[in-house]
Amino acid sequence: MTHHRLTFNQYLILAFVSVSVPLGDAALSRGMKSLPPISAGHPLSLIGAVFTPWIALGIALLIGYFASYLTALSWADLTFVMPATALGNVFLALLAHFWLREQISLMRWMGIVLITVGVAFVARGPVNTTPPISALAAPTPEELDAKGAGR
Amino acid sequence: MTLAGVLLEASFWKAAGMIATIVITSSTGEVLTAAAMKSMGDLDDIRAKSGLGGAIKAVVTSPLFVSGIFFMAVAFFSLLFALNHMNLSLVGPAAASLTLVLNTVAAQLFLHEKVDRRRWTAAVLVCVGVYFLAH
Repeated sequence: MTHHRLTFNQYLILAFVSVSVPLGDAALSRGMKSLPPISAGHPLSLIGAVFTPWIALGIALLIGYFASYLTALSWADLTFVMPATALGNVFLALLAHFWLREQISLMRWMGIVLITVGVAFVARGPVNTTPPISALAAPTPEELDAKGAGR
Repeated sequence: MTLAGVLLEASFWKAAGMIATIVITSSTGEVLTAAAMKSMGDLDDIRAKSGLGGAIKAVVTSPLFVSGIFFMAVAFFSLLFALNHMNLSLVGPAAASLTLVLNTVAAQLFLHEKVDRRRWTAAVLVCVGVYFLAH
């Protein structure tokens, strides 16, 4: 059983899976850099960091990522969702180049091209190649009809 | 140093062991989580039927999901341990790329996903791409 078409909401969920990790990591990094150095002897000061705006935003984005990742796994294959998450790295590199004016080496551009081509490869194929177990357990309308006809 | 010389170094095997631990635990966690989500069906349908609370309950009470989270936590602490001994520029891309390949093999073996030539090509392209991007 294969499912080829995604709804608009499912595309939105995959897009959020892609962008939330790099944005969340960037928010965490910005938040941690704005704090004074935290020594290993005072790990409890990390708890205070959780309530600063950038760290809180980063954590919220990563919680959102995990929720949307789980939702995507409920209707798509792991081998379909994995490349989508890798696309986030491309998004972050392009953001760093065009927004933060960071230089991107030739090797990184090659990485961006390879990931984009890889994602395009998967996106042209089926989303889900295995039926959910619940679908296997539930009788299909044809099976119900056959049962009804047999009575 | 020759390849044989590198293989005889104890530090090489220590680094390989740490990266292998991250890759295996991370892949086990992701495959168990994917199996849990596949077994419960479309979460959007569950949410429409039982509300957000019902969807959250369905996820967190799944033994497969709980075991997946356990392995993901082990992978996270293995990563922290490895970062204490090695550079992020080595551990990050190595772990991410190898996890992607192992996940593809595991998805075919344990989740019975049809990993055709198209998906294998994509996995290898993304794997090499992640490695390049991290350098």
